[in-house]
Amino acid sequence: MYDFDIEKPGSIADAVKALGGEEAQALGGGQTLIPTLKQRLASPTMLVSLAGLSEMVGICKDDAGRLCIGGATPHVAVAADGSYPGLSGLASHIGDPAVRNRGTIGGSLANNDPSACYPAAALGSGATIVTNAREIAADDYFQGMFETALNEGEIITEVKFPIPEASNYQKFVQPASRFALVGVFVAKYADGVRVAVTGASEGGVFRWTAAEEALSANFSADAVAGLDAPSGDGMINDLHGSGDYRAHLVKVMTGRAVSAAT
Amino acid sequence: MPKDEGIGASSKRREDLRFLTGKGKYTDDINLQGQAYAYFIRSDVAHGTINSIDTSAAEKMPGVEKVFTAADFEGVGGVPCGWQVTDRFGEVMQEPKHPVLAEGKVRHVGDPIAVVVADSLSEARDAAEAVEIDITELEPVLNMKDALKDGATKVHDDLTSNLCYDWGFVEENRDAVDAAIKGAHHVTTLELKNNRLVANPMEPRVAVAEFDSSTDDYTLYTTSQNPHVIRLLMGAFVLGIPEHKLRVVAPDVGGGFGAKIYHYAEEAFCTFAAKAVGRPVKWTSSRSEAFMSDAHGRDHVTKIELAMDKDGQFLALRTDTHANMGAYLSTFAPSIPTWLHGTLMAGNYKTPLIYVNVKAVFTNTVPVDAYRGAGRPEATFQLERVVDKAAREMGIDPIELRRRNFITEFPYATPVAVEYDTGDYHATMDKLLEMSDHAGFEKRAAESKKNGKLRGFGIAHYIEACGIAPSNLVGQLGARAGLYESATVRVNATGSISVMTGSHSHGQGHETSFAQVVADMIGVDEAQIDIIHGDTGRGPMGMGTYGSRSIAVGGSAMVRATEKIINKAKKIAAHLMEASEGDIELKDGAFTVAGTDKSVAWGDVTLAAYVPHNYPLEDIEPGLEETAFYDPANFTYPSGAYGCEVEVDPETGKVTVLAFSAADDFGNIINPMIVEGQVHGGLAQGIGQALVENCAYDENGQLLSGSYMDYTMPRADDLPMFNVDHSSITPCTHNPLGVKGCGEAGAIGSPPALVSAVVDALQRAGHTDVTHIDMPLTPDRVWAAMKS
Ligand SMILES: Cc1cc2nc3c(=O)[nH]c(=O)nc-3n(C[C@H](O)[C@H](O)[C@H](O)COP(=O)(O)OP(=O)(O)OC[C@H]3O[C@@H](n4cnc5c(N)ncnc54)[C@H](O)[C@@H]3O)c2cc1C
Repeated sequence: MYDFDIEKPGSIADAVKALGGEEAQALGGGQTLIPTLKQRLASPTMLVSLAGLSEMVGICKDDAGRLCIGGATPHVAVAADGSYPGLSGLASHIGDPAVRNRGTIGGSLANNDPSACYPAAALGSGATIVTNAREIAADDYFQGMFETALNEGEIITEVKFPIPEASNYQKFVQPASRFALVGVFVAKYADGVRVAVTGASEGGVFRWTAAEEALSANFSADAVAGLDAPSGDGMINDLHGSGDYRAHLVKVMTGRAVSAAT
Repeated sequence: MPKDEGIGASSKRREDLRFLTGKGKYTDDINLQGQAYAYFIRSDVAHGTINSIDTSAAEKMPGVEKVFTAADFEGVGGVPCGWQVTDRFGEVMQEPKHPVLAEGKVRHVGDPIAVVVADSLSEARDAAEAVEIDITELEPVLNMKDALKDGATKVHDDLTSNLCYDWGFVEENRDAVDAAIKGAHHVTTLELKNNRLVANPMEPRVAVAEFDSSTDDYTLYTTSQNPHVIRLLMGAFVLGIPEHKLRVVAPDVGGGFGAKIYHYAEEAFCTFAAKAVGRPVKWTSSRSEAFMSDAHGRDHVTKIELAMDKDGQFLALRTDTHANMGAYLSTFAPSIPTWLHGTLMAGNYKTPLIYVNVKAVFTNTVPVDAYRGAGRPEATFQLERVVDKAAREMGIDPIELRRRNFITEFPYATPVAVEYDTGDYHATMDKLLEMSDHAGFEKRAAESKKNGKLRGFGIAHYIEACGIAPSNLVGQLGARAGLYESATVRVNATGSISVMTGSHSHGQGHETSFAQVVADMIGVDEAQIDIIHGDTGRGPMGMGTYGSRSIAVGGSAMVRATEKIINKAKKIAAHLMEASEGDIELKDGAFTVAGTDKSVAWGDVTLAAYVPHNYPLEDIEPGLEETAFYDPANFTYPSGAYGCEVEVDPETGKVTVLAFSAADDFGNIINPMIVEGQVHGGLAQGIGQALVENCAYDENGQLLSGSYMDYTMPRADDLPMFNVDHSSITPCTHNPLGVKGCGEAGAIGSPPALVSAVVDALQRAGHTDVTHIDMPLTPDRVWAAMKS
């Protein structure tokens, strides 16, 4: 780790100001950033801690019935909430208790690890990513592995999830990290079904539109069984699984998510 | 009735109190006055020529004491290898120099190039970034077979090739084996890989060294399984420090599994640097460093052929193995694929003709050496897997085929140079079938099928050679050391006892089980006995702990020393009771005269030894302290039957281990609870190898599994509740306790049982072309096998 200063702002406005400084970086739960610093792979001179910002911690519903989660809310709180079962189920299987007590939804979405779980929920729910500056639709937010629509110094203050009629997340774990080797989030809304896939693609989280169409017409595992798995081209091919294997798992996990959706 | 003290009792592990309450004293807990910190700059390429190293900027950085490179080690020896194998043509192996810091070339990712010693670790790291190293990358040597082709790039330019040795065993049998295979009714052939593993002890390696300029004494604290061996190797071969000027201490050590047997460059570096900079020097490995600098395990590529007659009687066995040595020869590396592997190829079977060929190969990877089981898991895996395949090809039940070929008469001299003293393989097999409810398997398989899952059962019967080893034998085989063990039993005046053993405990529970033996022999409370280990300054020369040798060899030394104590104490007791020595009996901590009611307590005798007012001074010396060295007459041969039941998810290829049963014959048992714990740990590691663990390099020689993000350790939820039994006992005939050793068995017997279980599940589901899957059996591999 290199030396750095830490700032604990009292408001979002102060945080944004502090982040305007030279080589300043936001610190959420630190579950990704701190290991990176320890390996000297990043060298911010100032960390701006968001965890203590009460404006950014907590869960409520807005007038439209959307579940609104503060950007610095830890996974454990989302897991315990329960008003969006698919989302709470997803949060309850992120890492281990220590990770869930510290790691935050904002940190996870800002990082956009191609194997992370939350991106599947956000994209699969058509969520809205609220920042200090604007609101970004999930469909516009994820821009490839570790790439997002966030600008330098922009912070995720809140994420708004429309609550579906039925939902489920199926995570097939990468055996070492226990992140998603393939994770599929299925959400059934009145106006159609969304299917978002994480862990599989070299382009990061994506929507499996063929499955969305089939499931919008017939929300059943049989509808998935009738589909061809997506192509293995462009899927991640590594020590833990080939592109073809991942593509195959996308189909299997989608079927299981539909069967388990509540 | 289970005993509550002494041999056979499940005494609680007394050391666990300090381990579990955070009071263990590990090497990293040792901080010496004024110590400096070493940070190793390691190669980030697999193979390259070092053009230049510029340390000038780094030397000027804050807190920097000195930056060391190979230039500082001129005249210093290389890290030595402790075993010299002779090849099948009678030539000795090729043995490259292994410098403390890379000289001219780097040969694996992680190879140390330079070291910054500074006031703090962060200053050392900062300065390390200012060291400028210019390296021209060379083509990495990775694939063992390609490495042996003519014109292949060489790992060591001064060797004639990448071949360390081409070993044939038993060479004289080669033609006879070939002929038997040629004429056999049926030959089963299997090609397989034994995956490379990283040992991953919970405690990473640490070295802290100091030099006392007033006496020229060095002290090294290090995470070692055998501090005396480190003193010998480092003192005599690397730094030229005589034993009496070098003390090596290995305090509490948090797991070794083989990886802490060897003498490593970092230990020699810290000891050397402590003198050079005039202050203690400390190095603590990070986990990332451990992945690229702790010796790896296994990594064999094998073709095995088993010839049978029409009834399935084994006629001959031939194996062809490539064994990866990595970039340099680690301490015991050459012996693992040879003497700890070839000698076990008979397994439990009376195959009359065996020929083992092993080509040991240098590659641009981390050195490979012993890892829990060391050679024996590799032997057992290929043998048990080929037997399983043979059973399928011959249409004979795999249990029946094994039984037909079991050795039943002992002692049994194998065609691969060892003599099994005892064993009863049918007994362990019977026990296993009972424990695993083998009879109920079909019903359970039907149940799984109903749930859309594929169930399979796999079996393995192993033999291992433990209690290493007779020194005269290993000397003939190329060992550059003896493999005896020592013990000093020091009885104090008030009767308490300190036992100094050359065995080292790094999780095994010696402090408990060794005390049980002495307590049992003398009849005193275990609490009166302390077991002291891990310090060359306190105990006699010892060879340390590996190869399941502690109780069999170290325990035997302790028994011999305790016998000497008892003999002397009896003389003193005879004098005190004015009786004849031959009439003295020791029972429950009191000496009696046979046929009388005369008695003296243990404490009276020990006090007399140190306060010899009334004492046979003309016959014996005062004091009560004895040392014994024990050199075993033979290896010990634990054996056992292991059964694994799995379920495979046909959609994802995921394997779930539902049940694992182990029926072992470890000879006599000192502490059943500790034995059970050892088997559990071994099973977890064996299942880990078979199911999840995989040390992989990419085509550039970069370590793909260099952290826990990609190297999978088995976790509690990967494992079933274990079902273990060690009631089948055929005591070892040649050591005083009749013990065989239990530390490695679990890791040896479990991988083939698991792989056979998965193959069985797939075969039953109609995948009849799947005869083997290489470890680890990760979901993607099992899925690919089902798809092919
Ligand atoms: C052992 C372990 C297991 C894990 N397993 C999983 C898993 O199974 N699935 C999974 O999805 N994840 C997993 N994670 C990752 C975990 O969810 C992290 O918490 C998450 O990726 C990052 O969140 P954080 O709050 O810790 O962010 P930090 O580490 O603090 O920050 C990560 C990045 O986001 C930035 N950032 C933080 N907060 C904000 C914000 N509000 N707005 C803008 N930028 C911000 C930081 O500057 C940094 O670049 C695991 C982590 C560990 C250590």
